[in-house]
Amino acid sequence: MPADWNTSNPVDVRLTASLSIIWALTLKELRIESRNRDVAVAIVMFASLVIAIFAIAIEPNARTALETGPGVLWAAITFAGVVGMTRATSHELENDAVGALMLAPVSRDLVFIGKSLGSFVFLTIAMLIVFVVFAFMFNLSIFHAEILLVALLAAIGFASVGTLFSSLTFRVRAREVLLPMLFLPTVAPLLFAAIRVTSVSVAGETWSASLPWIQLAVVYDVVFVTASALLFGYVLDD
Amino acid sequence: MGFLKIRAQTALHVATLVAMAFALWMMFVWVPTDINQGVVQRILYIHVPVAWVSMVAIVGVAVASVMYLITKRENWDRLAASMAEAGVVFGAIMLISGMVWAKPVWEVWWTGEAKLTTALILFFIYVAYLMFRAYFPPGDQRMRLSAIIAIIGAIDTPIIYYASVLWQEAHPPLIVGPIAEEENLVAAQIGLTLLVSVIAFSFLFFSLLVTRLSLAKIEHEHEVLKYRISHTEMSAA
Repeated sequence: MPADWNTSNPVDVRLTASLSIIWALTLKELRIESRNRDVAVAIVMFASLVIAIFAIAIEPNARTALETGPGVLWAAITFAGVVGMTRATSHELENDAVGALMLAPVSRDLVFIGKSLGSFVFLTIAMLIVFVVFAFMFNLSIFHAEILLVALLAAIGFASVGTLFSSLTFRVRAREVLLPMLFLPTVAPLLFAAIRVTSVSVAGETWSASLPWIQLAVVYDVVFVTASALLFGYVLDD
Repeated sequence: MGFLKIRAQTALHVATLVAMAFALWMMFVWVPTDINQGVVQRILYIHVPVAWVSMVAIVGVAVASVMYLITKRENWDRLAASMAEAGVVFGAIMLISGMVWAKPVWEVWWTGEAKLTTALILFFIYVAYLMFRAYFPPGDQRMRLSAIIAIIGAIDTPIIYYASVLWQEAHPPLIVGPIAEEENLVAAQIGLTLLVSVIAFSFLFFSLLVTRLSLAKIEHEHEVLKYRISHTEMSAA
């Protein structure tokens, strides 16, 4: 592919080329994951463990499950997401895979989108399994349309902010500490949205109660996917 | 040049000292004790200026970081880092003074009130920013990456605030704050003390910032010298 392919070709060719680059990168992430299943297993097991510990500590009944369950579920998913991202970045460091990626003559925002799409897929699959574990442990039915929607929005936000921050921190010696320190406060609004939508929805309230939070999550995703894609170019700018 | 700069710095420090002393006299001696809240209300004269200064610092870090990414000049990075340090220190004072005030007035140390939640989350983001700088080896890469973190933090600020307000709407605070009464009480004396205090704390902030900046410059020169020495040794060997 010539270096100036994105200036000399017509728009539709550029779009197809971009999509094929994104697809190739996503496929790469998924292929690595399908070979060792490191990330998804780490997320599912860690989140299930957190949920199990809280289920033992709280011993939820019908009332306390409604009060504490949504917070426990999303705290577990968020912490597990950090563990999964730390795992995923260690793949990049093996054999300096990220160095090879940076040599590729493709635009950095496409690299970002490809990588975060990969993380999005693992996160969504892991979340669905964690939901099942949670539903049994807390005896709450959480497979409601609005909860699934907010989970999808949360996965988009987590994947984009997570991809940006893990590529920021992967060369630091204390990345296990720094990644959660940066990631958790930044995704706080998404976490609030997910917890609140889950709690109003399991309490049997209508869509209108979830709507402002879903709107907030959409705004968050639009802002952070755009900002992260734009800033990612500076991250790999060596 | 250097001599003039030191003179200007000394003048700023002296002005800070005078302003702070005057503000302390006003807030502890001159202004009468609030009838409703009693002596605890005097925390306001520290809490509000400190909150103001940490807000200025957050905006400053974001602006300096954007300027660094555009110009790639080290001065902007040093400014951002120094502002973040001052901002975190003032932010911690803001959180602690707020809690000390809240315990007798609201009867709790902490509630899920929107401004409190926002302040706490922002405090954590800027602590993480400083931790990142502490762990990362100095150089161009650290400047660039920490600028990105600061920009992300600044973008997040309004979203965090909106989310906290929305959260609070669903869960009204248990004890309503005395904001309504306070507005009547912010009489001329209280207002004037607050104003003087805000000015004094702004002086304090700039004083600390200037000192930190000159320290950062010395640190940088030290790094450069260390690098040169290690390279001359290597070429000699």
